[in-house]
Amino acid sequence: MIDEGLKSELQKQGVYVTSLQELYNWGRANSVWPLTFGLACCAIEMMAASMSRFDLARFGAEVFRPSPRQADLMIVAGTVTKKMAPLVVRIYNQMPEPKYVIAMGSCAISGGPFKQGYNVLKGIDRYLPVDVAIPGCPPRPEALIHAIMTLQEKIRNQKLTGPDRPRHLNAEIEGEYPVPGYGEHDLEPPKNPEVWQPPAIKR
Amino acid sequence: MEALEQIKARLGAALPLTKLDILPNECPAGERSLLVEPGRAFDVAKFLRDDALLKLDYCSNVTGVDWPEAKIKTKVKKKVVVEGVEKEVEETIETLRSGHLEVVYHLYSMELKHGPVVLRMRTENRADKTHLPSLTPVWRGAEFQEREIFDLYGVVFDGHPDLRRILMWDEFVGHPMRRDYIAPDDFEYEPTPHDEVLVEAKKHYPVEVKAEVKPEVKA
Repeated sequence: MIDEGLKSELQKQGVYVTSLQELYNWGRANSVWPLTFGLACCAIEMMAASMSRFDLARFGAEVFRPSPRQADLMIVAGTVTKKMAPLVVRIYNQMPEPKYVIAMGSCAISGGPFKQGYNVLKGIDRYLPVDVAIPGCPPRPEALIHAIMTLQEKIRNQKLTGPDRPRHLNAEIEGEYPVPGYGEHDLEPPKNPEVWQPPAIKR
Repeated sequence: MEALEQIKARLGAALPLTKLDILPNECPAGERSLLVEPGRAFDVAKFLRDDALLKLDYCSNVTGVDWPEAKIKTKVKKKVVVEGVEKEVEETIETLRSGHLEVVYHLYSMELKHGPVVLRMRTENRADKTHLPSLTPVWRGAEFQEREIFDLYGVVFDGHPDLRRILMWDEFVGHPMRRDYIAPDDFEYEPTPHDEVLVEAKKHYPVEVKAEVKPEVKA
């Protein structure tokens, strides 16, 4: 590893020194392609974020793909009903690695105002590994941009080797998640215990 | 538009032996409605749509209402003679209302620009006799809304072209908008429970949840 001070000094002289890891992550972080996928009103803010006023293109995330097979990022924008949840998981499974999930808005992260209802999932983190959660109802486009920047930060800091390398570089970890089935009153299973456990309550 | 009494009278003349009732409405808007017996509802609907003076060609909304069995208390003033002196005494009468499901149609006329006429139908009970005629053949726009009522209330519309669940999944059992529907018990911890959520929270976290702390009112 090259010393940070030396690196910065060399940069001032016009010599750029980098590592393969940095170069690889730099490239990936600046071309995150989200999936065109909206569930409720948060999707309107997502559209606004990608349009001229907020211009998500500045962060390399403007290419919304209509097919999960070409997308890197799933923005779960809106209320996930129990009827929709299996389809969301299925679409996620169809995305190629490396893939990321942003849970956008109160509904996607916890069920929001519909949490006590019989028909709404209490957060998409029950079935999918969420990388960034944005609170808000709906969050403003700036919040989504901030989430994308947070995700880019996360991608930049990923290690290519070692035991804590990301999923797409570790053949032992599967990228597919079990799709829940429809039960008589609820989804079966109601959560994926490998992804989500109820939070421990401190007393 | 003509008054509801007039519509009722003309309906009675056009379709004799049809049971029709005008239901009062106590709310400020006072929108009264026409209760139709299910057996003749289809003919009534056709009349309302095709009649030259009404032309109710647009069904804007179809809703379901669940009326569970209930005891209704009404206060009646009675004159009673006690020891030769006439006195007015209030008496409460309890009547048992049998449970039923109700379907409400809101009808407008696009051509004559009037409305709404509110049409109601009732099922016999809430358990097994929940069949009503579908009015989708008369107003095509009622199709999805009747499916929704079938899904959430369990009213079976005879003559509906495609009666399936629309909001819940096909494997779902029960009708969630009925008053006696019990949702799956999937309560989750909430930091600030209140009202019904507080009741649930006490059940699931008996030690943790204390009664709501009311802010002290300063005199």
